[in-house]
Amino acid sequence: MVVHELTESEIDRIFQALADATRRDIVSRVLVVGQSVTALSEHYDMSFAAVQKHVTVLERALLVTKERRGREQLVHSRIDTISRAQALLTAFEQIWAQRARRIDDILAEDP
Amino acid sequence: MTILSVDKDTEALTLTFVAEYAADVDRVWQVWEDPRQLERWWGPPTWPATFTTHELSVGSRSSYYMTGPDGTKAGGWWLITAVDAPTRLEFDDGFADDDGTPDDSIEPVHAIVSLESVDGKTRMTTLSQFVSLEQLEKLVEMGMQEGMTLAMGQIDAILAA
Repeated sequence: MVVHELTESEIDRIFQALADATRRDIVSRVLVVGQSVTALSEHYDMSFAAVQKHVTVLERALLVTKERRGREQLVHSRIDTISRAQALLTAFEQIWAQRARRIDDILAEDP
Repeated sequence: MTILSVDKDTEALTLTFVAEYAADVDRVWQVWEDPRQLERWWGPPTWPATFTTHELSVGSRSSYYMTGPDGTKAGGWWLITAVDAPTRLEFDDGFADDDGTPDDSIEPVHAIVSLESVDGKTRMTTLSQFVSLEQLEKLVEMGMQEGMTLAMGQIDAILAA
């Protein structure tokens, strides 16, 4: 996730940043592909400024980074490659877990 | 049904999912072979799949589409690459346009399914072979649009990294 050892205050900032449900949701949304603050704010019942504030907290915790693209600022994940692969494969694991359950439902209909 | 194991290989980019069912191998094979059964579990309930062509023989191409809550359609196809009924199936799983034309901008996922009889139950192993991280990202991105929401388990993965 980071190239140097985390200091205690950095670890504190990560845990504080992830203690909030909206911020956890933002982290999982930008894990896959960078998104603008505008696009992110469509998912929440709060103002653009409030979402912007959450992004700043995540930025200070080194979990995301912002990149200017035209008029927009794109929020990206700072999670490294292996963690990204791990997270993406976890998303697929969920898909298969759901499929496996649905197969079970079909089999359960047999007399 | 019991999920026996899940193995994620971040270097080889494979996901191996093993589940066990209280049914015999022939019965579990049917949920893959019969398109009417397959479409009941392949897509999420909010994006049900409809298979318009589906036959488990080598070289055969299956076509399907998933329909979203607002009527949006997302197309897909399978190319069957190996079959040994009722224990083994291999196929490529790719995306397609609305009219069923394969979308080559995303590489297909290769899937290997094996069914094995163990103490009267059936052990089903599905191995998904991905090509690259970029492909995986695109797939998950499309999966998100199709209501396959990312799980909070991902946060655990991040914290454990």
